[in-house]
Amino acid sequence: MKKKKKITIDYTEKYPLFTQDMKKDYTILIPDMLPWHFELFVHAIRQEGYKCEVLHNEGRAVIDEGLKHIHNDMCYPALCVLGQYFDALKSGKYDLDKTAVLIIQSGGGCRASNYISLYRKAFRAEYPQIPVLSLNFVGLEKGNGLNMTFRLLKKLSYGVYYGDLIMWLFNQVKPYEENEGDAHKTRLACLEAIKKAYDDGSYTKFKRQAKYIMNAFAAVSVRKEEKVRVGIVGEIYVKYSPLGNSHLEDFLLSEGCEPVAQPLLEFVLYCVINGVNDAKFYGINKKLAFIYRIAYKVLYKKERQLIKWMKQQGRFQPFHDFEHLRALGNKVCNQGVKMGEGWVIPAEMAGLSESGVNNIVCAQPFGCLPNHIAGKGATRAVKDRYPDLNVVPVDYDPSATRVNQENRIKLMLATAREQLAQKN
Amino acid sequence: MKLLGIDVGSTTVKVCVLEDGKILYSSYVRHFSRVKECVLGELEKLRPFGGAFRACITGSAGLGIAQRGKIEFVQEVQAAYGAIRALYPQTDVAVELGGEDAKIIFVTGGTEQRMNGSCAGGTGAFIDQMATLLDLSVDEMDALSLTANKVYPIASRCGVFAKSDIQPLLNQGASKADISASIFRAVVDQTVSGLAQGRRIKGNVLFLGGPLYFLKGLRKAFCDTLGLDEEHAVFPENAPCFMSIGAAMYAEHCKEESLDEIKARISAVSDSGNITVGKPLFSSQSEYDEFVARHKRSDLAFRNILQYEGDAYLGIDSGSTTTKLMLITPENEILYSHYQSNNGQPLDIVVQKIREIYALTGRRITIRGACVTGYGEDMMRAALKIDFGVVETMAHFKAALHFNPEVDFIIDIGGQDIKCFKVKNHAIDSIMLNEACSSGCGSFIQTFAKAMGMEIEEFSRIGLFAKRPVELGSRCTVFMNSSVKQAQKEGASVEDISAGLSSSIVKNAIYKVIRARTSEELGEHIVVQGGTFLNDAVLRSFEIETGKEVVRPAIAGLMGAFGAALYAKENTPQDKLISTIATEAELKNFTYSAQSVNCRGCTSHCNVNILTFSDGRRFLSGNKCERGAGLKPPENPLDMYAFKYNRLLAMPAQKEGARGRVGIPLQLVMYEQLPLWTGFFETCGFEVVLSEKSSRDLYFKGQHTVASDTVCYPAKLMHGHIESLLDQGVDFIFYPCESYNLDEHASSNYYNCPVAAYYSELLKANNERLNEDNLVMPYLNPNNEKLAVKALAKALKRYKLPVSLLKRAYREGMRRVHEWHDQVVAEGRRIIAKAQEENRQIIVLAGRPYHADPEINHGISKLLNSLGLAVLSEDAVFEEGNLVKVNVLNQWTYHARLYRAAEFVTRHDGFNLVQLVSFGCGIDAITTDEMRTILESAGKLYTQIKIDEINNLGVVKIRLRSMLAAIEEQNR
Repeated sequence: MKKKKKITIDYTEKYPLFTQDMKKDYTILIPDMLPWHFELFVHAIRQEGYKCEVLHNEGRAVIDEGLKHIHNDMCYPALCVLGQYFDALKSGKYDLDKTAVLIIQSGGGCRASNYISLYRKAFRAEYPQIPVLSLNFVGLEKGNGLNMTFRLLKKLSYGVYYGDLIMWLFNQVKPYEENEGDAHKTRLACLEAIKKAYDDGSYTKFKRQAKYIMNAFAAVSVRKEEKVRVGIVGEIYVKYSPLGNSHLEDFLLSEGCEPVAQPLLEFVLYCVINGVNDAKFYGINKKLAFIYRIAYKVLYKKERQLIKWMKQQGRFQPFHDFEHLRALGNKVCNQGVKMGEGWVIPAEMAGLSESGVNNIVCAQPFGCLPNHIAGKGATRAVKDRYPDLNVVPVDYDPSATRVNQENRIKLMLATAREQLAQKN
Repeated sequence: MKLLGIDVGSTTVKVCVLEDGKILYSSYVRHFSRVKECVLGELEKLRPFGGAFRACITGSAGLGIAQRGKIEFVQEVQAAYGAIRALYPQTDVAVELGGEDAKIIFVTGGTEQRMNGSCAGGTGAFIDQMATLLDLSVDEMDALSLTANKVYPIASRCGVFAKSDIQPLLNQGASKADISASIFRAVVDQTVSGLAQGRRIKGNVLFLGGPLYFLKGLRKAFCDTLGLDEEHAVFPENAPCFMSIGAAMYAEHCKEESLDEIKARISAVSDSGNITVGKPLFSSQSEYDEFVARHKRSDLAFRNILQYEGDAYLGIDSGSTTTKLMLITPENEILYSHYQSNNGQPLDIVVQKIREIYALTGRRITIRGACVTGYGEDMMRAALKIDFGVVETMAHFKAALHFNPEVDFIIDIGGQDIKCFKVKNHAIDSIMLNEACSSGCGSFIQTFAKAMGMEIEEFSRIGLFAKRPVELGSRCTVFMNSSVKQAQKEGASVEDISAGLSSSIVKNAIYKVIRARTSEELGEHIVVQGGTFLNDAVLRSFEIETGKEVVRPAIAGLMGAFGAALYAKENTPQDKLISTIATEAELKNFTYSAQSVNCRGCTSHCNVNILTFSDGRRFLSGNKCERGAGLKPPENPLDMYAFKYNRLLAMPAQKEGARGRVGIPLQLVMYEQLPLWTGFFETCGFEVVLSEKSSRDLYFKGQHTVASDTVCYPAKLMHGHIESLLDQGVDFIFYPCESYNLDEHASSNYYNCPVAAYYSELLKANNERLNEDNLVMPYLNPNNEKLAVKALAKALKRYKLPVSLLKRAYREGMRRVHEWHDQVVAEGRRIIAKAQEENRQIIVLAGRPYHADPEINHGISKLLNSLGLAVLSEDAVFEEGNLVKVNVLNQWTYHARLYRAAEFVTRHDGFNLVQLVSFGCGIDAITTDEMRTILESAGKLYTQIKIDEINNLGVVKIRLRSMLAAIEEQNR
């Protein structure tokens, strides 16, 4: 048969775009993902002249809104995010003709890259006038979103480091603080300081800012005691978002543990290195790979610096070196596993175990496809190498109750406490 | 020193008192959701012991009490672990089944403790639910199971699934003994696959928890499946309260308190206020009275059957859980009606009731026509020689039209299914049925009422005036169970829970089954029906949620039967004076016997049930094709799925290879790429060995290595294929990792599904028999020859194959891929031509290439053939389809094929599309709406069928027939 000329039939529906002239008077709503990092990100975005706000609404109403609008086969993060938007829009606090919503996308073969279309579909039914814009670094949704200037990109990147550092040190201090609330105060002070640094441009003085944060947390007086340390790995949204993981970090703290949340930077580096691997393994996007390679070098170098300073200071356990993490990862899961959180989950588990954190919560949305492989699937391979590892996979889901989740975590903690007692 | 352990589980409270390592007292009672009261009551019984106790609480429902009463808490698995080490130190593995939890503790060889995930049936509550379904007590079920002769495959993952397996078995007349045994077997399978996850349960196994203690049949099932003898399977005397013993042991370090102090702490525990509550259903009695009066208007007139003389029409609705009959006059007055739970014996009930009708009518009334609808349609027609059969959706539509000729939306919530139809231009426009997972239907409330120790009527009545109905979410029943558990923990009353359940059923129906975004979408003239709507609480919740006044006929539960009767009336020809239904005399001596055999016609080995009637006629059911019914199938069926499957099986040359034997698991990606890899390896000088054909047995073979119980069935089957190849002693198994699929230049990217892409990683990590050498899994992109060859060279390094050979082999493989596509397209043309010649409807059964596996599609293509339709696959037609732009990212190769196949169908008369979706396939969740949009843009119906391990086509058949009926209506 002769090849016919290909025709394309368009089944798409129109949706409102976000143009730069809306910048002045539109409020952009941002869902709650990483509570502390986002403070910095939002500050940076505001400096570009956007009006924006991070949502912190929670509760059954949020989940119900999500359930109403998202297919129940889709994953929980999609539902939480949409629920937050709708619940907020219904609160009456916003001018519905002057509001837009923003989502962050990583792109890739996971269905998560489709969330934006799902949201648009939902908005079409109730708020057809509200633009849904995307913040991503892989070129999706061109011309509809934040104008990704080099300056903004730079600020956001620094925000990742500072946010990570604050989160990382806070967790190492909070469980041991002598005076209840000191760690939190320090966290707020650090955030303020960095925001100020954004204002006066000194945020690029990397060493100065990092040292400031480290010294601030080192100044918090702490008790000397040993607590159970619990690593948190898993799907990017539920492992960080308190709404998604029913306040996992708070729960661990209330159980007398030290939560060890993994730096966001590791996920960022993972995404970047995948761009390099794509070319290496699959021969795809060779030109882009060049850029990815440079980006990786720049980002990784900064991580090395942070680690060096943390070591010099000597008070805190430093981040995992990402190259080392990759090497560890290679032993348990091929780096070709690049959808979702892919190989970085088993790699982080291995990294945690090496640094003495054997207790891990692997947080994932119920039925998360890539994590069938990288989460539950790879756990065994990691355990074979690190037999002391004590992992509990926890599924998050609109109807999985907190009792259910906490009960499972408690089981893991019981084992953890026993191991700690045996050690001493 | 007296130690007190209290185990508050999801359904029971266990209390035990220890002194000096001896058990002084133990008890085990059901708490019927009245947790606090029950604990206090049980503690009161300890009064005679006197003195002080050290107390510790454990159990899933005990956490709240412990926290707020400030009593020591120990996680239940940890409690069990402590007790095991103290009391049964020789144990290797402990298995504990509780009310809603299942746990495994591996004691030796690396301690591991596991609990069931959030989606897992196979627990005590599941067994209770199944017993209710069989209308047996759990004890009766247990006793019966020991007399079983055979075991049917029953989906074990969740209660809802199991139900849809069991119901048809019941309706087909399978014995309750066999079904009981099958249920226990399902529980065991669930435990083994869901919990053990790659670790074998062996050595000394300790069995704990109520169900395993009380149910001998369940014990037997475990011992049989795990191959344990009496010596290695330990069933301790104190199994039901084992956790409370463990808790008591943990109490050693607590401080001593008097019984009164402990009780005071517990009784002071109040609601935490953590639950969300909704508005009451009715604020006053008068509001309720008005509501009742309004609905009274939709009643039918009655006519006294003892006086009426003349013609009548009979409708029978042989539903999944209930049987309904109705006899009407030509003026649509009710002469007789009946509604009864099946109790698993629908035919007996119908026979008995028709006898009763004959007795009541005497010679005065002539039944001119009769019609049967529902699950039992075929059997009833055969047994009783009934004139007509109609698919139940049509029957319901007919009945609804009677009550409101303007009707534009019908929703029917029955025992275990929800059906909704939209009506446009007086014809059914679209049909939505609940997917097997999201069914929060009538029987759920019923089971729940029983669990609370109440009758359903009582249970729903108390919900009507509940002050603070609990919000329970809207998902499948297993999830609702745990929401209820949570609410109970937080102190919600039974009334509040009852009202909450009614509202979640409604929300589930509106937002999950119908998938309405707003309630306006439903329509203006809504008729609600089905037994569940007779429950005023559900009806009220529906009106509140939709904000509309709806019509609920007083015969809401009988609408199917009424519709069938109307159908009989409309379709009985003028000159036909009497129905063919069995006469009074014939019925007098009517008996039947049931027998079940395995069909040997093909490898499917369908379970065929044979009913033999007293006049010698037979009725067969359970068979998927004509062979089971003793007929010969046609030479060249119009069935692309069969074509593809048979051709693939015959693809390897089966010639010895000089370089060795490579094993290829025929699953997932291989259904597409087998030509590539046979071509490649055969050219390289290997013999290609395929894994055994998929079957349920094969699945069981690999079940112990399944790592994630929520992954799709095709992926789960993969584990069996690997075992099969390992057993065949191949040199190595080949399954590559491919992030990218074939690039067909029809989508913005060409990703593979994440599961199919990296499944080798998971296989290697979870099967101890696999290693670097015997599983070759290069990462490659099939579109990039150079890199693919490089990756293959590296992966096959030990064979030292020259690059030129590898390249040649790869090209040969790709050549065969194209050849294969051409063959599929050519066969498609043959089928289309033949179908058009025979004037048959054509169904494009669109799914994934691996849906060609009959174990995965469960013979749906054959079923379609038997309904007189020709069957194509998506890959036979997509190339004829235009490119599409859809609302979602079109970045997966297989998705692009689906969209194009749908586009093709929109432009061709006589074609319709049915989408097959594997349960748990998250990326298909994206496609369904787009497929619907494409098809509906041309006025075509969209039908989706979800498939899983369920091996039952009953529901699928109804769906397909409804679709055909709707197409027919459209064409009229």
